[in-house]
Amino acid sequence: MRLYDVVTVPFTFDGVTYRGVVGETLAAALIANGVKVVARSFKYHRPRGVMGSGSEEPNALVTIGRGVAAEPNVRATVQEVYGGLEAFSQNAWPSVKTDVMAVNDLVSPFLGAGFYYKTFMWPKAFWEKVYEPIIRRAAGLGGLSGKADPETYEKAFAFCDVLVIGAGPAGLMAALVAGEAGADVILAEEDYALGGRLLAEVEDIDGLPAMEWVASVEARLQAMPNVRVMTRTSVTGAYDQGTFGAFERVDRAGLKACFWRIVARRSVLCAGALERGIAFANNDRPGVMMAGAVRAYVNRWGVATGARVAVFGNTDDVARTARDLEAAGIEVVALIDAAVGERVIGTKGRHGLTSITVDRGRVVEQIEVDCLAVTGGWNPTVHLTCHMNGRPVWDDAIASFVPTPGAVPDMVTAGACHGVFHTMGCLLDGAQIAEAVVKTLGLKAKPVVLPDADATPYVITPVWSVAGKGRKWIDYQNDVHVKDIELAARENFRSVEHMKRYTTQGMAPDQGKSSNVVALAVLADVTGRGIPETGTTTFRPPFVPVPIAAMGAGGAGMGFAPQRFATSHDATVAAGAPMIEAGLWYRPSYFPNEGEKNWRQSCDREVNMVREAVGVVDVSTLGKIDIQGPDAAALLDFVYSNTFSTLKVGRARYGLMLREDGHVLDDGTTARLGENHYVMTTTTAASGLVMRHLEFVLQVLRPDLDARVISVTEQWAQFGVAGPKSRELLNGLLDQGIDELPFMGCADVTVGGVRARLFRISFSGEMAFELAVPARFGADLYGALVDRAAVLGGGPYGMEALNVLRIEKGFITHAEIHGRVTAFDIGMDRMVSLKKDCVGQAMSRRAGLLGGDRAQLVGLKPVGDVKQLSAGAHLFESDAEPVRVNGQGYITSVGFSPTLGSMLALGFLDRGRARHGEVIRMVDHMRGLDAQVEVCDPVFFDPEGGRVRG
Amino acid sequence: MRINCPVCGERDRREFYYVGDAVTLERPERNADLDVWDDYLHLRDNPAGLTRDLWHHEAGCGAWLVVNRNTVTHAVSDVVLAREVAR
Repeated sequence: MRLYDVVTVPFTFDGVTYRGVVGETLAAALIANGVKVVARSFKYHRPRGVMGSGSEEPNALVTIGRGVAAEPNVRATVQEVYGGLEAFSQNAWPSVKTDVMAVNDLVSPFLGAGFYYKTFMWPKAFWEKVYEPIIRRAAGLGGLSGKADPETYEKAFAFCDVLVIGAGPAGLMAALVAGEAGADVILAEEDYALGGRLLAEVEDIDGLPAMEWVASVEARLQAMPNVRVMTRTSVTGAYDQGTFGAFERVDRAGLKACFWRIVARRSVLCAGALERGIAFANNDRPGVMMAGAVRAYVNRWGVATGARVAVFGNTDDVARTARDLEAAGIEVVALIDAAVGERVIGTKGRHGLTSITVDRGRVVEQIEVDCLAVTGGWNPTVHLTCHMNGRPVWDDAIASFVPTPGAVPDMVTAGACHGVFHTMGCLLDGAQIAEAVVKTLGLKAKPVVLPDADATPYVITPVWSVAGKGRKWIDYQNDVHVKDIELAARENFRSVEHMKRYTTQGMAPDQGKSSNVVALAVLADVTGRGIPETGTTTFRPPFVPVPIAAMGAGGAGMGFAPQRFATSHDATVAAGAPMIEAGLWYRPSYFPNEGEKNWRQSCDREVNMVREAVGVVDVSTLGKIDIQGPDAAALLDFVYSNTFSTLKVGRARYGLMLREDGHVLDDGTTARLGENHYVMTTTTAASGLVMRHLEFVLQVLRPDLDARVISVTEQWAQFGVAGPKSRELLNGLLDQGIDELPFMGCADVTVGGVRARLFRISFSGEMAFELAVPARFGADLYGALVDRAAVLGGGPYGMEALNVLRIEKGFITHAEIHGRVTAFDIGMDRMVSLKKDCVGQAMSRRAGLLGGDRAQLVGLKPVGDVKQLSAGAHLFESDAEPVRVNGQGYITSVGFSPTLGSMLALGFLDRGRARHGEVIRMVDHMRGLDAQVEVCDPVFFDPEGGRVRG
Repeated sequence: MRINCPVCGERDRREFYYVGDAVTLERPERNADLDVWDDYLHLRDNPAGLTRDLWHHEAGCGAWLVVNRNTVTHAVSDVVLAREVAR
């Protein structure tokens, strides 16, 4: 019921159209429309109504929207109303009023804490297939659509000197003082409006309504360029070095929400306090609400929570609630003062409260009410102070926990969240704390004139639960009541952490914000320990649920994943080549010709083309590292197992790089361009790794070396030109003849006047060159190379052909040097020079990494009926059973060689080099392949190397 | 987590690559006993308290850093260039 006329818009709840005020909470609008039952409880499917007025709400979880855009488990107390809003109840069928699963409630004596653990123990196999699916269907919250979320989310970083969390009287004062002192301030407020409790209370500040003071402070804050006010923003977690997570509900301009990482030099927590209830029989009826929430609906939104209201509690809030209700013209039918021993001992009204039973000592009476406002006192919102292992401490004066000072570095607390429970105290606290904080930043606070405000002291007589029969609910969201906790204690789950897990108290999405302190007080009572000794469970982030979609913003699909394109990319795509990912790069798989029906046909043609004429391939993705300085040669001698200081200027050499533990790190060719100038190439996969490694060697292991390294991978476009006609192609293209360039030579050349580097190196076994130009000329050069190749009967080739060409020659890639192989394993032990120190040399000599039964690189070719080989297959003796204990090795690379007319494989075989000629068995259990293969030298083609020398 | 790079200033830990114990700085002599090498490469303390890590500011200036921090409180007490320590 509304207390005054307002402009409304239509919205629906479970398909029924109601009217609400734009911007008010859905909970307020539902109450205004007389909707009592808004949800069913998690386990017993009990009808539940709105209980609170903030993000701590345990009951009123709804789904907003439908289809893929549906968002489950939204708290109706946070969701703002807009025209056309569609909301749906959850965990009920066929409807929230008539829910068949409410049968759970009738059998609840059998469904207490630990019920699942005790009942569904056998047969064991039934748990996963029978019990769990049924339980999951019966218990639960809202469901996801199972489809990709179409909403847009963002994540962002923000930085400030002072982060003020919460904009109640303490937070507003703190932000004002810090802002006026000149600090960069972020004021984060969970609500859509500033004011905190002042929004919900009737109080004066300086003789005017408190919200007028709030408006004036807000105006002053907004006027300061160094202050940023973030509403609808819940700070969700406190992390190391002043980093905070924050979740901002945006819901406009196509943006759903933003997840912030806020880095603050100092933080002031002004998160206020959360009201707690009292456990009494059937205290979960729709219409039983928190007293503070009742005041919020009446005072802030002009919505009456009932026509006949009773108030039950143990603080002055009982009188305050009655005062506000009467001022709004709502009948207050009873005050039940728990502080003097009066109790509510029962309620009636399944779909909405109809009466309460009150015990006033000698008199027990039944009173007809449609709303009961309850308060058990207030708990400081200590959550963020506990996110870095801090534990709150018990304060008898307020009968609750307060933060331990210093629990989060550089964070201080002010106002209600450290136990100051009146407005005047909060204003003073906020101002003083901010003054001290800005001082630590070297700033000086301006003098503040504190406004005059309510300073009624907070007096509480702790009351946790009411004796007597019936279920006395504590955790509404997970359906935990007093008996569950008593049962846990009886069964020796007496530690608060054990009780929590046994009963699931506080484990629902609301994390027990309104119930935890009551629960542990009840546990303390049952176990005979005090509350401080019982302690709290661990508070963990996030303070409120954060959608994964917000934390993972930018991560859906390609998202912000970087892509690296070679200069030949456009021409390659235009030629119809399917692209494959190589790290962040994209490389052509093969170049389909007209009439070719599958990749193998293209690949075979490309291999033949390179062997018979000439092929062009973009090798720019290989890492290129420029190394210069007087000690460049010494650096290379130290990072490569072989020697580079002896390399002549104008020559290139294959190098093998080890990790310090003696295993192979990477390989590649390095050319000496000048006395103190080298250019190193790495594999595409390891380019970043090698760069990091070189920096490590220079900065950490050998800071004595005067050399510098820099990645020039992106600066140079480099193309391989391979095949018997490669020299002919380049002779027609370059400005100078290259007949004199020997194998493994390099030279400065020009192409159409553009400076270029030419290397005579080969990864195909053919006479081959690599030509590098500044990247801006890459696309043009690639076009020219491909055109000229076509004239000579050649063309571009892709990764598939490149792979076959190198397998035919037994050249290794990271398929072979996969991190567990040594130089010995790949037959390159002689490349580990013992004449100098290098990374990995000492450990490469270690027993077990050298000789013995180690698996060694071999070639393999099919000799039986099965001609198919596969990478990943395992090797066995020819007549051995193919089981793990008989394993003798594995295959790393396979390819069909059109040159030799057979599949070829590279792999590792125990003592393989001594077993050439032996026939063994290859089994791929995954693909169901079983083949006889002959062990041979890994160099299948042109073992003398005549072709490469031309 | 934030790391104060001596070159770039305070940055989010996502810019850094973590390696492990800064014992890596104390590389044994080439001819040292293999047990010494084994210790250097593979055997690590797992302290509850102060630890000395090696980090690389890979998405920043490229500097290798020695970071002194506390594994219990996560406090970072001190960050220095590995180059300075190694000299």
